[in-house]
Amino acid sequence: MTRRPFTPKVVTANALLEGDVVWLTAEDAWTRDIAEAELIEDEAHGQIRLLHAEAQPDVVVGPYLADAEPTPKGPAPVHFREAFRTRGPSNYPHGKQAGD
Amino acid sequence: MYVYNDFDAAFVRERVAQFRAQVERRIDGSLTEDEFKPLRLMNGLYLQLHAYMLRVAIPYGTLNSAQMRQLAYIAERWDKGYGHFTTRQNIQFNWPKLKDVPDMLEALADVGMHAIQTSGNTIRNVTADHFAGAAADEIADPRPVAELLRQWSTDHPEFQFLPRKFKIAVTGSPNDRAVTKAHDIGLRMVLNEVGEAGFEVIVGGGLGRTPMIGKVIRDFLPEADLLPYVEAIVSVYNLLGRRDNKYKARIKIIVHEHGIEKIRDLVEARFAEIRPGFSGVDRAVLAAIRAQFENRSFERSDSPPSKPGYEAARAANPAFRAWTDTNLAPHRADGYAIVSVSLKAHGATPGDATAGQMRVLADLAEAYGADELRISHEQNVILPHVRVEHLHKVYQTLRANDLATANIGKISDIIACPGMDYCALATARSIPIAQEIATRFEALKLEHEIGDLKIKISGCINACGHHHVGHIGILGLDRAGVENYQITLGGDHTETAAIGERAGPGFAADELLSALERLLLAYLDIRESPEERFIDTYRRLGPAPFKAALYPEARADAA
Ligand code: SF4
Repeated sequence: MTRRPFTPKVVTANALLEGDVVWLTAEDAWTRDIAEAELIEDEAHGQIRLLHAEAQPDVVVGPYLADAEPTPKGPAPVHFREAFRTRGPSNYPHGKQAGD
Repeated sequence: MYVYNDFDAAFVRERVAQFRAQVERRIDGSLTEDEFKPLRLMNGLYLQLHAYMLRVAIPYGTLNSAQMRQLAYIAERWDKGYGHFTTRQNIQFNWPKLKDVPDMLEALADVGMHAIQTSGNTIRNVTADHFAGAAADEIADPRPVAELLRQWSTDHPEFQFLPRKFKIAVTGSPNDRAVTKAHDIGLRMVLNEVGEAGFEVIVGGGLGRTPMIGKVIRDFLPEADLLPYVEAIVSVYNLLGRRDNKYKARIKIIVHEHGIEKIRDLVEARFAEIRPGFSGVDRAVLAAIRAQFENRSFERSDSPPSKPGYEAARAANPAFRAWTDTNLAPHRADGYAIVSVSLKAHGATPGDATAGQMRVLADLAEAYGADELRISHEQNVILPHVRVEHLHKVYQTLRANDLATANIGKISDIIACPGMDYCALATARSIPIAQEIATRFEALKLEHEIGDLKIKISGCINACGHHHVGHIGILGLDRAGVENYQITLGGDHTETAAIGERAGPGFAADELLSALERLLLAYLDIRESPEERFIDTYRRLGPAPFKAALYPEARADAA
């Protein structure tokens, strides 16, 4: 039986106070920029990082592992939903794109 | 309009204080998210894709100018300067910060508003015909009954943990503008043989994953029995509703699985049991509520409003004339009109209003509209009582504030849910699709040629955008990581309610517009006359010619 290759992941959540989208960095901080997130390339490590995020209920809400891919600038989203989460809504520049 | 009594005011304040303490405990870590989530949902606070969202109830879609101004204030002070009006006649603020929400609720309480039961498995905000109390075709204003239901259902101890959410809609008109057949309970006012008003009670309607048109459980319910009968329905549902599977938990599934006869028997038995317990207090409360709604009297008249100044303005200004043709509805009193203010400027987000626009609407309601505003389930704002001689002035003010789009009931008057631009449950976006359709058909100058048409868009199968009952319904899906849009045809939300039929395979976002263009050009070709609406042509000819227009390659393959 061949195992499916592991798709790289990032840990993401919403910040408790602001509600906005955050990603977990390799330095255990939460960032508002996915490019600064830790790209997790190993399944077991992913589970450990997710547990680490889940242990911070006073900082973030609903952490989960999202598919990501490496780029020269850092991790980038794979699915369109995750891509929207890096930007904000498409009808107004009211999300993260406001700072671009 | 109903004004909060001391009990309502104290109750709402108490809930704000309670929620303030809960937010503090969440922030200081004494409440976990699992503990906090049901509490915040009970107060209308969701966590969406990019931020929290506060859903505020606008009971039966009615508000006064002070309330509208307060919504504008909240939008500016704690949000990003706008609000989104929804298909449930509510308003949603898309960007509140957790710590600010208690202050927002406090500001709402200042004007007799709240966010209670706008979420959770409870009886939600009761919706009503947005022309209630004004419509020429109305038997009587259904809002006193809606208000009675609001008071009865708010914090009702038996119904705080229903199997699933529960939605009630009320209309006083034979023309169903309140989508009563797609609600858990729909109440349609009717007259019996001796001319007394009562209700036809419809149960088990709903959209979502398993769309159903509601079934009549009682042909005629005397108004005196309304509350006990509704309570009997919810009580039967509370016991019978499935709690093991949330996709099968709504009353529509229960009605479908057990059959309407069995449900009717159970409800009638429960009704007989609880009816004696209703001593008449509900009747007295209803009478008091009604007195508050009836403090204004309009005379009935069958003749269309006609005033010399108004006619002259219509003759002189084609844009004003076009607006009066599409955005006015007949009022029950001579000399008045119902104004629908479109929140669907071509290319704008359906249902959104800026704080500035909300203030303009509040000012207009105060100056020319008996201080009343309505939110329609079609995501527009209504000025229900405008004197005909004021229409031109109202129009000019609306126009100066980008609120005079003459498109009510037309192709660009689209219902669209927030979709994946905001909603965490979405499978695709809906807003950009609505924007593109409106802009494209405006550019083609086909909007008025096409005439009356209901397009409704949802960003997932939950169907908040009512796509099942759109003449053209559009459902956004995720097909292997790409947004894909499925079209349904022939839906209808009115008294002739019908669930639309799936036309065929979905379209990629960049194919959808051309497909709709083919569909509507085909309609223009095959309709018998300009008076024959899209839905009428569809009913006359069936889906075949429309499918052929949507999928020309299939036709070529078959040839
Ligand atoms: S239909 Fe789906 S995407 Fe649209 S608002 Fe409802 S849950 Fe969200």
